[in-house]
Amino acid sequence: MAGKIKIAVVGGGLAGLAATMKIAEAGYEVDLLSVVPVKRSHSVCAQGGINGAVNTKGEGDSPAKHFDDTVYGGDFLANQPPVQKMCEMAPSIIYLFDRMGVPFSRTKEGLLDFRRFGGTLHHRTAFAGASTGQQLLYALDEQVRRFETDGKVNKFEGWEMLSLVLDDHQVCRGLIAMNLQTLELKEFSADAVIMATGGPGLIFGKSTNSMVCTGSAVSACYQQGAKYANGEFIQVHPTSIPGEDKLRLMSESARGEGGRVWVPRNTDDKRNPKDIPETERQYFLEEKYPAYGNLVPRDIATREIFQVCIEGHGVGGENQVYLDLTHIPAETLDRKLGAILEIYEMFVGDDPRHVPMRIFPGVHYSMGGLWVDFEQRTNIPGLFAAGECDYSIHGANRLGANSLVSCVYGGFVAAPNAIDYAKNVERKNTETNGVHATELRRQQEINLQIIKNKGSENQYKLHEEMGKWMTDNVTVVRYNDRLKATDEKLLELQDRFKRISINDSNLWATQAVPHARQLKNMLELARVITLGALQRDESRGAHYKPDFPNRDDERFLKTTIAEWSAEEPILSYEAVDIGLIEPRKRDYSKGGKKEGKQPQETLRLAEQAAASGLPVKEGADQIREGGYDQKPENLSGAKIWSQEKGELIDPETEAETRVQQGKDIDAAGGKQTDER
Amino acid sequence: MSEANGHKEKPRLTNPPKTIDFRISRRERLGAQQYTETFEIPYRKNLNVISALMEIRKNPVTKEGKQTTPPVWDMNCLEQVCGICTMVIDGRVRQSCSALVDDLLIGSGGNTITLEPMSKFPNVRDLQVDRTRMFNHLKQVQAWVELDGTHDLGAGPTMTQAVQQERYAYSRCMTCGCCLEACPQYHDDNYIGPQAIAQARYQNMHPTGKSTIDERLNGLMGEDGITNCGNAQNCVQVCPMSIPLTRAIYETNRDITFNALFGWLRK
Repeated sequence: MAGKIKIAVVGGGLAGLAATMKIAEAGYEVDLLSVVPVKRSHSVCAQGGINGAVNTKGEGDSPAKHFDDTVYGGDFLANQPPVQKMCEMAPSIIYLFDRMGVPFSRTKEGLLDFRRFGGTLHHRTAFAGASTGQQLLYALDEQVRRFETDGKVNKFEGWEMLSLVLDDHQVCRGLIAMNLQTLELKEFSADAVIMATGGPGLIFGKSTNSMVCTGSAVSACYQQGAKYANGEFIQVHPTSIPGEDKLRLMSESARGEGGRVWVPRNTDDKRNPKDIPETERQYFLEEKYPAYGNLVPRDIATREIFQVCIEGHGVGGENQVYLDLTHIPAETLDRKLGAILEIYEMFVGDDPRHVPMRIFPGVHYSMGGLWVDFEQRTNIPGLFAAGECDYSIHGANRLGANSLVSCVYGGFVAAPNAIDYAKNVERKNTETNGVHATELRRQQEINLQIIKNKGSENQYKLHEEMGKWMTDNVTVVRYNDRLKATDEKLLELQDRFKRISINDSNLWATQAVPHARQLKNMLELARVITLGALQRDESRGAHYKPDFPNRDDERFLKTTIAEWSAEEPILSYEAVDIGLIEPRKRDYSKGGKKEGKQPQETLRLAEQAAASGLPVKEGADQIREGGYDQKPENLSGAKIWSQEKGELIDPETEAETRVQQGKDIDAAGGKQTDER
Repeated sequence: MSEANGHKEKPRLTNPPKTIDFRISRRERLGAQQYTETFEIPYRKNLNVISALMEIRKNPVTKEGKQTTPPVWDMNCLEQVCGICTMVIDGRVRQSCSALVDDLLIGSGGNTITLEPMSKFPNVRDLQVDRTRMFNHLKQVQAWVELDGTHDLGAGPTMTQAVQQERYAYSRCMTCGCCLEACPQYHDDNYIGPQAIAQARYQNMHPTGKSTIDERLNGLMGEDGITNCGNAQNCVQVCPMSIPLTRAIYETNRDITFNALFGWLRK
């Protein structure tokens, strides 16, 4: 049935495998490229679950409500039609994974179980223990392996895409990739290319992302003319475990169980934290927000922790604060937080029952990515994108458990559209005028240049510097002067990049050449993120500027579009399709147990306080925009750790607590991301 | 408080050395001679093996002061869920992301940590190995559920919580290769090994997957099949995901025997 067309999919995570499976199933041939064996892609790190309004709990949930929650959670920056389509497709995606054998958690009756997540009042999240991404990825990996056995899929694992092959009309004709063992470059001729390469977390040095999440291939597309949208929207999770190598997530429930956040009053205090007396500890959240203490909403927690560290007051002067559980009996902790504490113990080596944990906010997810239309087509004919590397679904902020569903949705939409395009495109390989060979030579020359460069700069140190600048200035709190300075720094790093010399004389399986290429591409995307943030003078979703603390729909209810030029990214703005749900103020304090109401004056004071970074004087209400008129409940209360569900549960008050939790989390900007 | 609760404090490195030596197996390329180089890095708290390697990579100079090439190793998720960074550390196969320097030093009592590549797979370079054969094993046992199609056909079969939980345990296998490295029977890819047997078991337990159990069992009955298991039970001890590998082998053996005895009845 299949005509002679060939499609290349770049990236073997959830989105890439979803697209590959659909194309192979339709009878067409796929070249699937991945830097690592596809089973080792970053999707395995997603924990919490996958959203779909299956409504098995008699709650009246529906795709329409899922749609509203997603658009609202994204602060109305997402084009609404694809979000609606995704939410409508979500239940069938979950059922498909069920049929593929994903061991989703079950009810007593043997049906799929669903749990609640932030940003919704419904049980909408299907989950497999506490590692759902792993099981979903493996299910697709199995199906794709089946097609591979049938000869439909050609896997190229250990190949990194370097660039697109574009013909004289800027039409995508394939791509160039590099074998990471031999450094051999190869042209992959294709009638359509689907990008599914994930996020760019490594631009920030350390993040919760895997080491392959450089954004390098996407950056290459951008530099060849693909539009990059909403780059400035980067989600930061308030509590992650700073490692020497990466950041790992620490669930919010640690604070819910009474964890206290503090730093030594004297930054030079080198004592063991347990030897520092109470009076010499600064419980900065409790001091600044006496009403909420450590249970301030996530965005406030994120910003405060960040601010303390940036000002040099972190533990040991470094980017870390204590999250202390040691005042709680160990047996209570084991009962309520066991599995979470084990993760901390495994990677840090300290027992959080006896030693305060060290935590810091961590870059987690990019809402921005390649611009695509509602059919997942980029602006380059023949080039498609799906998953975290496209910008389409999450607007200014992503809701938990929506990333897995958006990956699969993107892959499922991109695949048939790529087939349609490939079938109809005017294409004959004889008419490509040798563009493949030309591009291959261009890429070879870049490699040669990197190899023969002899300068004094060290690529890994440049990467660290970029990561530090981006983390310090382009994450949680953004100021225009610092964003400008960051862009100047990035220009300096781009200049210094020209003088790196790789420190590996053995080119077999070297990691130096690929890393150098990734670094160059990361620097380009870093500028897109930084300048996008600089120009967006408002606060929306994950993007927060104290100097512009409000959402400004009049000026900025728009998609940021970046186009590459040799000098700097050219930014423009595109209207957002808001035809289905009218934008309204994000206010999660309504509709819960109590109505929140806010005098304007209090609101203004609280905003000022947040902006100034100074402790608020006693008596001032610690209330953020949208307002709270009560202390948020202990997020987990008297719950127990359920090994089976992989979460804290309390049968009696679960529903109520969850309502409150959803409220809190989303009032906090919806940054509930420790479970995707 | 802790003592009152009967909590055993984990042993801590009370007197850390100033520097740590990493003895790293080097190999320039497939088939080249293996040799060892030692790198000295200053001790810091909270180091894991990966961050030590990152430190060494930045400026690869041996302890003797010789400029050398940076050691090459694989890493990705760094959360012990992708399986890629597996290597042999102080003689034990494990993931290098979750191998903490303090624990290793306590374990050895010295200030030297030895890193070697897994020995049962082609050694690409330094600490990097090629585990393609493990993915081929998954093909051999047809470790997937046969679908009629990926279009919308409604919900899958119901399943009890007990079966779901048992399958979940198997679903956590990240194809890291620890079980094969530790298996005394496995060498030169002569035996399909615990990983693939457990994945066959995982699919055989699924109500739909069960329908192709014969094909899967056939994949385990060849020369490299399940009978190679010598019951040393090393696999289950080194598995970082605590997968009940020996149970999978036992139950799959049982299925094969059952099929041999009664399979003809179904013909």
